[in-house]
Amino acid sequence: MSEARGQILGAIRRSLKRGPLDEPERAAVAARLAAHERNLVPARAASLDHRGQVDLFQRMAEEVQATLVRVTSAAEVPAAVADYLSLHNLPSRLVVTPDPQLDDIPWSARPMLEVRRGRAEEADQVGVTACFAGVAETGTLMLLSGPQSPTRNNLLPDTHIVVLRREQVAASYEEGWSRLRAARRGADGSLDLPRTVNFITGPSRTADIEQRVEVGVHGPRRLHILLIDDGASS
Amino acid sequence: MSAPPIRVGLFVTCLVDFFRPSVGFAAVKLLEAAGCAVEVPPTQTCCGQPAYNSGDKADAKAIARQVIDAFEAFDYVVAPSGSCGGMIRQHYLALFADEPALHRRAQHLAERTYELISFLTDVLKLDRVEARYDGVATYHDSCSGLRELGVKEQPRKLLRSVAGLRLEELPGAEICCGFGGTFCIKYPAISDRMVADKAADIAATGADTLLAGDMGCLLNMAGKLTRLGKKVRVRHVAEVLAGMAGETPPIGAAAERS
Amino acid sequence: MQPTSRAFKENAQRALGDANLQKALGMMRTGFPAKRAAVVARLPEFDALREQGKAIKDHVLANLDLYLEIFEQNVVARGGQVHWCRTPQEARETVLAICRRLDAKTVTKGKSMIGEEIALNDYLEQNGVTPVETDLGEYIIQIRKERPSHIIVPAMHLVKEQIADSFRQTHKDLDPARPLGEASTLVAEARTVLRKRFFAAEVGITGANFCVAETGSTVIVTNEGNGDLTQSLTKAHIVMASLEKLVPTLEDLSTLLRLLARSATGQEFSTYTTLSTGPRRPDDTDGPAEYHVVFLDNGRSAVIGTEFQDMLRCIRCGACMNHCPVYGVVGGHAYGWVYPGPMGAVLTPTLIGVDEAGHLPNASTFCGRCESVCPMKIPLPRMMRHWREREFQRKLSPPPHRYALRAWAFVAARPPLYRFATTLMSRVLGWVGAPRGRFRSLPLAGGWTRGRDLPAPQGRSFMSLWAERRKRSA
Repeated sequence: MSEARGQILGAIRRSLKRGPLDEPERAAVAARLAAHERNLVPARAASLDHRGQVDLFQRMAEEVQATLVRVTSAAEVPAAVADYLSLHNLPSRLVVTPDPQLDDIPWSARPMLEVRRGRAEEADQVGVTACFAGVAETGTLMLLSGPQSPTRNNLLPDTHIVVLRREQVAASYEEGWSRLRAARRGADGSLDLPRTVNFITGPSRTADIEQRVEVGVHGPRRLHILLIDDGASS
Repeated sequence: MSAPPIRVGLFVTCLVDFFRPSVGFAAVKLLEAAGCAVEVPPTQTCCGQPAYNSGDKADAKAIARQVIDAFEAFDYVVAPSGSCGGMIRQHYLALFADEPALHRRAQHLAERTYELISFLTDVLKLDRVEARYDGVATYHDSCSGLRELGVKEQPRKLLRSVAGLRLEELPGAEICCGFGGTFCIKYPAISDRMVADKAADIAATGADTLLAGDMGCLLNMAGKLTRLGKKVRVRHVAEVLAGMAGETPPIGAAAERS
Repeated sequence: MQPTSRAFKENAQRALGDANLQKALGMMRTGFPAKRAAVVARLPEFDALREQGKAIKDHVLANLDLYLEIFEQNVVARGGQVHWCRTPQEARETVLAICRRLDAKTVTKGKSMIGEEIALNDYLEQNGVTPVETDLGEYIIQIRKERPSHIIVPAMHLVKEQIADSFRQTHKDLDPARPLGEASTLVAEARTVLRKRFFAAEVGITGANFCVAETGSTVIVTNEGNGDLTQSLTKAHIVMASLEKLVPTLEDLSTLLRLLARSATGQEFSTYTTLSTGPRRPDDTDGPAEYHVVFLDNGRSAVIGTEFQDMLRCIRCGACMNHCPVYGVVGGHAYGWVYPGPMGAVLTPTLIGVDEAGHLPNASTFCGRCESVCPMKIPLPRMMRHWREREFQRKLSPPPHRYALRAWAFVAARPPLYRFATTLMSRVLGWVGAPRGRFRSLPLAGGWTRGRDLPAPQGRSFMSLWAERRKRSA
């Protein structure tokens, strides 16, 4: 294996007509990585104030057939979930990730909802998760895997309900990465990514059959976002 | 005391020279009406595209050198063709990338070379012509003119000033007609299908006239339209803009018996 | 897989007469370009992003050896493994070895063009491991035993009825009389069938749209979520990637992602864009225990530094083939191997040789539409022309074409001879063609006149008429 590795790297260098990069060149590349500067960020979201970004997030998410309902506090989430499920004739059994971001939701306010905190299994039809950020630019949710947020909860249940807090809305992917870098600094100061970062934009879809869009292929056919917006300005 | 007229060398192109000289004369008329003194260097033959696109750089260079020599002396070089214009303006530079002296001369030629219609509008600042043409015309954008030289709005602008002419936009105007120089010889079945699709698009506009700025495209589309029995008159846009459409039959049509 | 690129002309002829294919292509030709144009119009910075994307990739290629090393370090630091494969055979063996070690009976697969390039599925099957394609389009062609005809929409060449037939023939335990007329019922059936396979598989294999050096992450972009289920539910996640997939940082990744979905399908962003970094963490309750990145060279290192290097900027969006008027009438199978359309025309000869794939860069009118929509500003026609130059040097084109071209060039380089020939021939053909104004047939022009007329010349050459005019006015 290391023979193949050496040969491949050697072949690249031969093609570039040089040997391995010297120290200043290596340092330049390392510096570029360490600086991780942003390239051009479109003005679409970045030029708006935060309120505008939240509204943009909603518009873009709805464009791709996610649905979004605003509530003013975590206390209203159970009612909003119950309403959504009955609107779509969905079972009232939920799997909710053990994510601490969801700990303040008073599920007992809606006793009809059977709530299990844990990892989603094949039989689960409705899943509730939190998220790390919402990217206004394209109505995209950013979710991180973790002990309390298994990735499969985003994908297995047919209906995926995401609790998004207003403060989590970011203008751009770059803003999302900045927040993640700040939140997840490893022991050596570098970014400690989780196993999976999911960017989710709308429900699962395909256009593989005659280029007609169909939803619910492998991932959820419904993506419903509950936006906790207490109405305060940023 | 008025300025001396702009000296234009006309690069007539091999297809115009061989198939349809009236396009060349229409170009001359348009240029002279706009105040140019037009000359036609007699040593021109071809721009070298067939060799170049077949991978034969040596022959392409030989022909290109001839063009560079023939057109050195003019203020501008104008061709009634986007593909020949593009060849000279862009590809000569690539051809001579490894020969500095010729590259400089190619650069000098490229800077002065234009496709005919865009020369009239962009350099001579023409925004109308004095011409009449009664009919509904649709316009096909030849690929090289469009993508190498940015010829899009200019012919439409001038056509809109032609009295009696109504312009009907062609759906898929920017889609290749299938000529492609050597392509239609090497892959005739694919080329035929592409021009059949183009003919269907043309017929769907209901236009009685098809115009474009490149003889290769025009021969291809006219040949398909006549084979399909479509009654669409096909001309080079220069003929209509110069008010000379009455002087010759359309492309592929026989002379009318008077 | 045995390429049939040599038979491009015959393949294309068949394709032109295939009614189902033509119906499917018609849908593509009207669909994708319009969607892309609309979404690009909504992003004023799109062209500036193309320039930046190009700059990022060019920078990576100039430093590819170092970025690969840094990527590898970061993968290993997070508990993953990197495998280096020079050839398809090495890559196949590497994947099989992992599957064997884990006693894998079935592996689920997300779409991977590298997997196609190395013919991984056949190899796994021959060695007792069953690969299950999970991308709906790939699944459809897998059960039909076909190859993908498009790099994003693999089953693009099929119409609904063909897919329904294949489902009926393959999903034998379902009611044969069930209605399958709608795309939604086909999708629902595929979802149910494949959901079981996701859980049963021991190993999940995906491709990688990008490999982020800064973090040792691989990125996949799907709309279905199949890649995510493939890589989350199994014991091991294997990523197949070619060398040039590297990007430096997460910020650079974001720039390229803005270009990808818009160029591919006209979406603002794909439904699922997923970064995988190493295996599951110690306290995670799902995720693979093993994470392997299998790098394939297969000729890429040799392309660097050549006139084809720009091809390595390709992010596999498919915009070029969506807009190509030739692909649009012959489809992807005509190209005879893994990569069709304009990018296939440039890439295929680098991977399987220009002897085999020589037709591909020739079957182009150089209309330039591909280059105009390429998010990475790859000069596709120029590189196709470079292939033609190599073929010319090696005398690979058919002799009649070569002689005709040399004859033309010979005459064109000699103006007096050219004048003589054109003056004569325009008179002759003009005179013969005058009655009808066109030829229905003409010796040596059979290819042209089979389907269209050849307009007759006006009968005098411009140069001879101009010379006369000058004499008169002198």
